[in-house]
Amino acid sequence: MRLARLISGRLLSMLITLLVISLLTYAVFYLLPSDPAQLSCGRPCTPERLADARAFMGFDRSWLQQYLGFLGGIVAGRTFGSGAAAVHCAAPCFGYSFRLNESVTQLIVDRIPVTFSIAIGAAVLWLIIGVGAGVLSAVRRGGAIDRTAMTLSTVGVSAPSYLVGLLGILLFGFTLDMVPVTGYVPLTENPVQWLWHLVLPWVVLAVLSAAVYARLTRGQMLEVLSEDYIRTARAKGLREWRVIGRHGLRNVLIPVVTVFGLDLGTLLGGAVITERVFSMPGLGSLLLDAVGNIDLPLIVGITLFSAFLIILANFLVDLVYGVLDPRAAR
Amino acid sequence: MSTDTQLAPPAPARPKKSRNSWRRLLADRWAVAGAVVVAFFLLVAVAAPLLCAIAGQDPYTYDLDALTEAGAPIGFGGGISAEHWFGVEPMTGRDLFAIVVHGARTSLLVGVGATAVSVFLGVLIGLTAGFYGGWYDRAVSRVIDVLLGFPWLIFVIALGAIVPTSLPKPLLLVGVLAIFGWTSIARIVRSQTLVLKRRTFVVASAAVGAGPWHLLTRQLLPNLSATIIVYATIQIPSMIGAEAALSFLGVGVPPPTPAWGRSIGDAVSWVQTDPMFLVFPGAALFLVTLAFNLFGDGLRDAFDPRTRGLNR
Repeated sequence: MRLARLISGRLLSMLITLLVISLLTYAVFYLLPSDPAQLSCGRPCTPERLADARAFMGFDRSWLQQYLGFLGGIVAGRTFGSGAAAVHCAAPCFGYSFRLNESVTQLIVDRIPVTFSIAIGAAVLWLIIGVGAGVLSAVRRGGAIDRTAMTLSTVGVSAPSYLVGLLGILLFGFTLDMVPVTGYVPLTENPVQWLWHLVLPWVVLAVLSAAVYARLTRGQMLEVLSEDYIRTARAKGLREWRVIGRHGLRNVLIPVVTVFGLDLGTLLGGAVITERVFSMPGLGSLLLDAVGNIDLPLIVGITLFSAFLIILANFLVDLVYGVLDPRAAR
Repeated sequence: MSTDTQLAPPAPARPKKSRNSWRRLLADRWAVAGAVVVAFFLLVAVAAPLLCAIAGQDPYTYDLDALTEAGAPIGFGGGISAEHWFGVEPMTGRDLFAIVVHGARTSLLVGVGATAVSVFLGVLIGLTAGFYGGWYDRAVSRVIDVLLGFPWLIFVIALGAIVPTSLPKPLLLVGVLAIFGWTSIARIVRSQTLVLKRRTFVVASAAVGAGPWHLLTRQLLPNLSATIIVYATIQIPSMIGAEAALSFLGVGVPPPTPAWGRSIGDAVSWVQTDPMFLVFPGAALFLVTLAFNLFGDGLRDAFDPRTRGLNR
């Protein structure tokens, strides 16, 4: 019962957020003066052809009607134009790129494995390194590990990921010739090569966040370790690793999960930068291409898709959090 | 201001505490080192034309004589010579010293500008939300929650493509970075305001008839100033980093205006043949970010009672 109420409440708030975000994004992108029909009209661009192109793409209607059309496309798919020249965009339709003659959803689906491979691997790495270093630092406060970890974390926070990435390519790629420098191999094609191509991108993307999480975890752990129940646990004669693991870590992880939920958007943005450094064909390079060619439907589609993705992921994190910590469900 | 506000007791003065804070800050070697490096970069940015005049260079003039047929710089370390102190840019032969020095202007201008606007917005929104509460506060909290998790980088990249070119890019960058950057400071200011507004001196002021304007500007704001300064300092390096990241991706400051991020982005294809083209702008960006972070951390440890003793 509690769970059902929790889910329905969060679901409703997520749907409202999705609507507001998409409405705002759509308004911003379509109220600014740019005309995709003009761009795709070709030469010679007679007024009739331009009007035809507009009507075909649906740009002859008001932006609100276009927005409703866009929402309808996500739910039920939509068809552009009519007769023999009509193109159908199946649900969920995030728009249609007239430049590439492909639905935005299909373009995104083709690229998403690359971006997900980078983002998920990096997130796993940063959580392990960050939380691990933070706990060790807090337990041995003031010791050699603590001082080294905190110095490294200050450096890590200040180093831009692309700079670390390029230096990594220079050192491990060119000079030592240990890892491949660019490119992506699908997991389904060759798992070993997939891993090998992703090692450097993962490390690069994880550095900054691991540094942030090490500090966060350390601070939380120090606070938790000074609590009474830790003293009680020790007084009961529990082994130290059990005190840290069972009583300490559990309470440290709650704020870490919260912050992680907020960082998912940053993770996606970081993946875009990492793709550029390592020339990987993911969502980021698709977006940068679209920006370079002013492919408006693709730009709007990717932006809204990423926003939806992050809001959905946050909803899931929220849900997990609500189940783990009963106090948060209220 | 109405006369009855003069009856309000003054906000408690805290000279002793703040003197202690300054002493703590000066005792922090790393914070002082950070401050010195920050001051150095500010000086470089201000004196950029002078420095370039001394070097006899400017960041816009092509020098194709310094390049090979393929466009790579001739000579040691990317073409370092008495003429070109940091070597030259591949393909164009523009002086890298002049580019790095002028790049400091771009970075600091956008970084400090975006921070100033976002701090203004954050303080305004956080202060009023904490003070007035109610539906306004709930709405603000909701907006902050959404914005904090938003994939802002993707949004800003997309925005860069469609904004009319007549709008100056640095101004646009300051604007969008501020729109996505005010949330963290607003959260901090809001939570501090919630605590402060229940303190006796504020309640007493309100009881003798002080209006909301007086309470906000004369009672609450002065007591928040230390927190605001600390978090503004911490925000500057992340704003500098955000501008550099956008310029790196080719959607930030447009050429030919020198920007460290764009130079690093150009260096991607030259990493193997001319690594020094990456090293100089990269080192500058890293150093200024590190310095601001060290200084900001020191400020926070010295002035913010909540984190004191936790970090060291």
